[in-house]
Amino acid sequence: MSTKDLAGLSVEVDGEGYLSDHTVWNRDIALAIAAEEGIDPLTDRHFDVIDFMRKEFEEKGAAPSIRRLNKLNVVPTKELYQLFPGGPAKKAAKIAGLGKPQGCI
Amino acid sequence: MSEQPEPIKKVSLIVSKGSLVDVYPALVMGNGARMEGMEASIFFTFFGLGALIKKTQDSLKVATVGNPAMNMAMPMLKMPITMPFPTIMGAIPGVSNFATWMMKNEMENLDIPTVPEFLEMFTDAGGEVFACKLAMDMFKLTKDDLDDRVSSVLTVGEFYEKSAGASIIFT
Repeated sequence: MSTKDLAGLSVEVDGEGYLSDHTVWNRDIALAIAAEEGIDPLTDRHFDVIDFMRKEFEEKGAAPSIRRLNKLNVVPTKELYQLFPGGPAKKAAKIAGLGKPQGCI
Repeated sequence: MSEQPEPIKKVSLIVSKGSLVDVYPALVMGNGARMEGMEASIFFTFFGLGALIKKTQDSLKVATVGNPAMNMAMPMLKMPITMPFPTIMGAIPGVSNFATWMMKNEMENLDIPTVPEFLEMFTDAGGEVFACKLAMDMFKLTKDDLDDRVSSVLTVGEFYEKSAGASIIFT
């Protein structure tokens, strides 16, 4: 656990840079994490995914899987990989201010 | 100071057996590799081809004979994991079907897709699916028999060419 300056705020992050508390998240923090992850700019389409993930996380306590995002027509798998290249589930969760995904699928 | 080991960048998985539990590990590991940003491909050969044949891919079975670890599945029946499952019971008609049904239920509960859907997800994720030419010839199969997600039918030599720089994993 350490603190980090993101978008002018000092926030707690874990060893891999995931926010420790998802409630401190805001859109500027998302932009700052995305830039660090090499996703710049973060478009409305990215936010469609991120907002849905945050909503599910609030309701169920866990971020949705890639399969679920596809099944619920939030984002097709192919597009998800284009939006968040090099590890979509992890990167999207990180930018959404959620913890590292625990699922294998 | 020890140097950080080089991260894995590419994996090539090989599936040579065709029961449900022979096929899933490669699908999970291949898809998982894509989720980590690695390149990934799965090469299906011999009985593993059953996972790619349109007519059979959705009816792969759990083998219930000759598996001394079948007791691992007992908790699915609310029985202790130490309870033995003699192989002769696995030979009773219907037992393999029942075990398959039970396993598929359990997998759906864990958000694990069916074989055809898994191939779709893996290829949408950028993974590549190959079929073995020799096994295709042996089982009298043509490309038309296979799932549309199969990118090509390869000889062993071509498989190794495509696997340049990859960790090859025989499942």
